[in-house]
Amino acid sequence: MMRASLFITCYNDTLFPETGRAAVRLLERVGVELDFHAEQTCCGQMHANTGFRGEAYSQAKRFVQLYRDVECVVIPSSSCVAMIRDQYAGLFEELGNEELRKQFAALLPRVFELSEFLTDKLKVEDVGAWFPHRVTYHASCHGLRGLHVGERPFRLLGKVRGIELAPLANLDRCCGFGGTFSIKNAEVSTAMLDAKLGDLLATKAEYCTALDNSCLMHLGGAMHRRKDGLQTIHIAEILASTEQHPYEATR
Amino acid sequence: MSAPVMDPRIALPFPEAALPILQNSQLRKNVAHATDVIQAKRNRLVQEKADWQELRNSAAAIRAHVLANLAGYLEEFEVRCTAAGGVVHWAADADEARKIILGILRDEKADEVIKIKTMTSAEIQLNPALEAAGIRATETDLAELILQLGEDEGSHIVVPALHVNRKQVREIFAQRMGLPQLSDDPEALTAAARSYLRKKFLSVPTAICGANFLIAETGSVVIVESEGNGRMCLTLPRTLIALAGIEKVLPKFGDLEVLLQVLARSATGERMNPYTSLWSGVTPGDGPQRFHIVLLDNGRSDILARKVERQTLQCIRCAACMNTCPVYRQTGGHAYGSPYAGPIGAILTPQLEHMQHAQSLPYASSLCAACYEVCPVKINIPEVLIDLRAQVIDQEREQTARWSDPMYLGMKVANLAFASSPRFRLAQRLGRIGASFFTDRDGWIRHLPGLGGRWTLSRDLRGMPRQTFREWWAVREKAQSKEAR
Repeated sequence: MMRASLFITCYNDTLFPETGRAAVRLLERVGVELDFHAEQTCCGQMHANTGFRGEAYSQAKRFVQLYRDVECVVIPSSSCVAMIRDQYAGLFEELGNEELRKQFAALLPRVFELSEFLTDKLKVEDVGAWFPHRVTYHASCHGLRGLHVGERPFRLLGKVRGIELAPLANLDRCCGFGGTFSIKNAEVSTAMLDAKLGDLLATKAEYCTALDNSCLMHLGGAMHRRKDGLQTIHIAEILASTEQHPYEATR
Repeated sequence: MSAPVMDPRIALPFPEAALPILQNSQLRKNVAHATDVIQAKRNRLVQEKADWQELRNSAAAIRAHVLANLAGYLEEFEVRCTAAGGVVHWAADADEARKIILGILRDEKADEVIKIKTMTSAEIQLNPALEAAGIRATETDLAELILQLGEDEGSHIVVPALHVNRKQVREIFAQRMGLPQLSDDPEALTAAARSYLRKKFLSVPTAICGANFLIAETGSVVIVESEGNGRMCLTLPRTLIALAGIEKVLPKFGDLEVLLQVLARSATGERMNPYTSLWSGVTPGDGPQRFHIVLLDNGRSDILARKVERQTLQCIRCAACMNTCPVYRQTGGHAYGSPYAGPIGAILTPQLEHMQHAQSLPYASSLCAACYEVCPVKINIPEVLIDLRAQVIDQEREQTARWSDPMYLGMKVANLAFASSPRFRLAQRLGRIGASFFTDRDGWIRHLPGLGGRWTLSRDLRGMPRQTFREWWAVREKAQSKEAR
């Protein structure tokens, strides 16, 4: 039996617990024995990307110390995984010691984004999901260009029973979230958001899904403001949904 | 509209400078259309190159090698160029570069110059200095001419008048060239510009140009262009002055094989640009008989000394990063308050200003990394942006006013909360109480005070759920262990 440790991420824990619950249902259903370290907090992405390097380093160090002995770590957030893959080494190079760098190097190959974990580690695409809705997939930049997840999410979604996938125009264009960019440059972020919403609405989908609740918080918040009928849903919730336990009943 | 401010020392911070542009739907339409057209051409030509990634790797390797051995290649260039009859000048900063150029023009007794589009000239604010010295400068690049006549500023490195459409060009030409009957047909517009410029080419004996590349091995200067105006300026005048950043050097003539392939494809979506001019010093009886080149540092040595930032100098100014950038797409170039706009401008400008100005630019990006993906010399722009942000925050750490910046305060508080899970749980509970004051009956937040108001500007926020994930997990664990017993 595969064992994995769930790093839920700070914002999923606090704002989107339903994504975490769905990830647990999904992973246990496909035979993963999960644990959850209660000491976990944040990967450091927000601090790193805003320029608070020392603070990001402390969080990165906590992450490595917490997970160095686990079999693997699964993270339902592509941007947090990209933070770990792209930025930890630089932080440890500059601020860490040799021991920490070694521990990180040993841990890194065992850190997976959720869709990668399913397709690459578990080698499963059909997770037995059922989601009878029209869905469009938003390719979060960190998943697309940071992790190069490529077709993985489509392969997973394609095996969901009842789903109707609607292609999204300008798939590779950023939605304008960008972490603190959405605050510091709120007006420009909104202009980017407008463009993305135009493409999303054109799909006539009921749901917009992604590997990352951060983009979805931004898109979903605007959809709610405009009452335009489209809803956001993390991919874990689609993949967790079954005929016995449909998404609507578990939210 | 008044002319945009393109001097980073006095420009507004990016978020404020962007505001009026976001209201200018015509300009935004022009920018989106033009960048779409260039990008589509670029993508088509990149796709036909099966070895595109290898070409990128080669181009990046050549540029990185140059930067690692810059002093040697510059000295080699100086020796070869001098031997070929050129005069090499070294300028530590913009002020020195302007003085050198004005000095040469004074010796030439020039009261007028013709210019080829050169970003470096805009960087050192050369045109205002020429004007102050009583020297009339005529831009001969079509886009630069449009901007000069329209009293506007460039908004793109390769296509500086990209924010202007042809109806607007017609207005400018009709008014400034005294051609009220001019149509907005592209051929008519270029014909008007041609006849306006031809007189200048034939009468003004002094020209100023930039450089796309300098070749150390031969002492040559390389200029690529599309209109032939450059070729005119490089061949007809008596005296030619080139201004080039010190990073522009390439080791060997043969390196052009790689760089010209990636440059034309990335910049204009062409297999080869229409005009490529190369010359070495002076050729008796052929072309300009006096050739000066000013090699400009202006902060580049400092950039070179920094491990992460050094790659900024690999840039060959193709602007592919601007064309693909979703931020630039919304704001165009003027919001950047610098001749260098877009992702490359966001990293280059603050560094050229020694991080004393333009500190908002490293934040003018959602870090989507589209720029890195297209960069033909593989500059990891997001990585540099993040490093520059760290420099900006390190500056803020020194200031006593930092605690009155809500973003700074919020980041420090969040860091305390993330340092241990009991603290994080406490912060979650306090957050839930705080959020409840702003949460409407349907469970959504529509208005937040302070920084949060920047979020609710355009987005609602779902109120905090009753149970965090960790609370749910703890309850589940307890139930499961009871079951097991």
